[in-house]
Amino acid sequence: MTRVRIPPVLRVHVGDQKEVDASGDTVGAVLKDLAGRHPGLGEQLFNSDGALHRFVNVYLNGRDVRYLGLLETPVGERDAVIILPAMAGGR
Amino acid sequence: MSRYSSLIDAIGHTPMVEIARFAPNPAVRMFAKLEGMNPTGSVKDRVALYLLNALERDGRLAALSVILEPSSGNTGISLAMICRLRGYLLTVVMPDNVTRERRQILEMYGASIVDSPGSLGSNGAVALARKMAADDPRFVLPDQYANPANPLAHYETTAVEVLADCPELDVFVGGLGTSGTLMGVGRRLREEKPGVRIVAAEPMPGERVQGLRSLDEGFVPEIFDEMVLDDRQLVTTEESIDAMRRLAETESIFAGVSSGGVLAVAARVAEGMDTGTVVALLADGGWKYLSEDLWRHDPTGDEMEGLNLW
Repeated sequence: MTRVRIPPVLRVHVGDQKEVDASGDTVGAVLKDLAGRHPGLGEQLFNSDGALHRFVNVYLNGRDVRYLGLLETPVGERDAVIILPAMAGGR
Repeated sequence: MSRYSSLIDAIGHTPMVEIARFAPNPAVRMFAKLEGMNPTGSVKDRVALYLLNALERDGRLAALSVILEPSSGNTGISLAMICRLRGYLLTVVMPDNVTRERRQILEMYGASIVDSPGSLGSNGAVALARKMAADDPRFVLPDQYANPANPLAHYETTAVEVLADCPELDVFVGGLGTSGTLMGVGRRLREEKPGVRIVAAEPMPGERVQGLRSLDEGFVPEIFDEMVLDDRQLVTTEESIDAMRRLAETESIFAGVSSGGVLAVAARVAEGMDTGTVVALLADGGWKYLSEDLWRHDPTGDEMEGLNLW
């Protein structure tokens, strides 16, 4: 199982938990497993064509998966996945 | 040359300093570009000058215009310095949980401040400023998040200085906020230095400053192009403060929290390289964070979730 951190804005879909476990050997499989078990989360994470929502950032061990292998990025048992909403930063 | 006809002309040409005592891998040289040495103490002096020059060039400023910008501090302060010299009125929309030094400096430069809810972070400041500008035609929004003058400042000045001072660089690490630094420096370095890696350090947002009601309130700056980056890494507030303190201890460089975050990521990158050179851009000095007492006091986990330090 891989630990997935859920941002406050999406916790309503996972019973208000901060972290949930999901299984899969790629980032996409982990997220799809999660979406399957938490109705409502899938529509937030993915577009109709199955790609990541523009305002969703997913990190594997702190690195944005868009610069790794996107949804095909391999995930190990001890890896941590973090989901964050895209937000304004900067000074 | 270091004689200038006004403070505006003293923007840029910041020093690049080797940080060998901080660097974790003896086979990889690390350099810090100290943007805190700009006239108001941050990299945003470059951006503010380009934003205002663009407004003037495009004829967007009239006699009654008020320049309005969302900023948690540095951009507002830089705009305020230049607006005072050029005689413009400035209003800054700022989250209400930023450090009090920023408010004091803005007031000293004569800018007006409008508070946005701190729980909504910079998102809230951007949304409020855009609404105010839409409702009142006197407001003119430079809009650092959408204005190509922001990355252009870095393309034409910051990147040129980086290449001149460190032509051998292999990796450039900058902080991801508006993305202006990374976009402008990144594009220029890619053109002139094929094979260079552009790495973004991104702050892990605190739980209590993520006040989005839905994902549709998310925001990606209009100037951001993900293709310019090679990697994007999260860094926690704790890691950022730790690196910021280590920099002061090992190199006597007094930098701000985002600089700590950039250095933490730069150190990770350096640890994973066999050999080479890493340049980290340190956006500001530590002065505007003194009231948080971060050099002596460890913020608790709960405090960190509500801080707006990046």
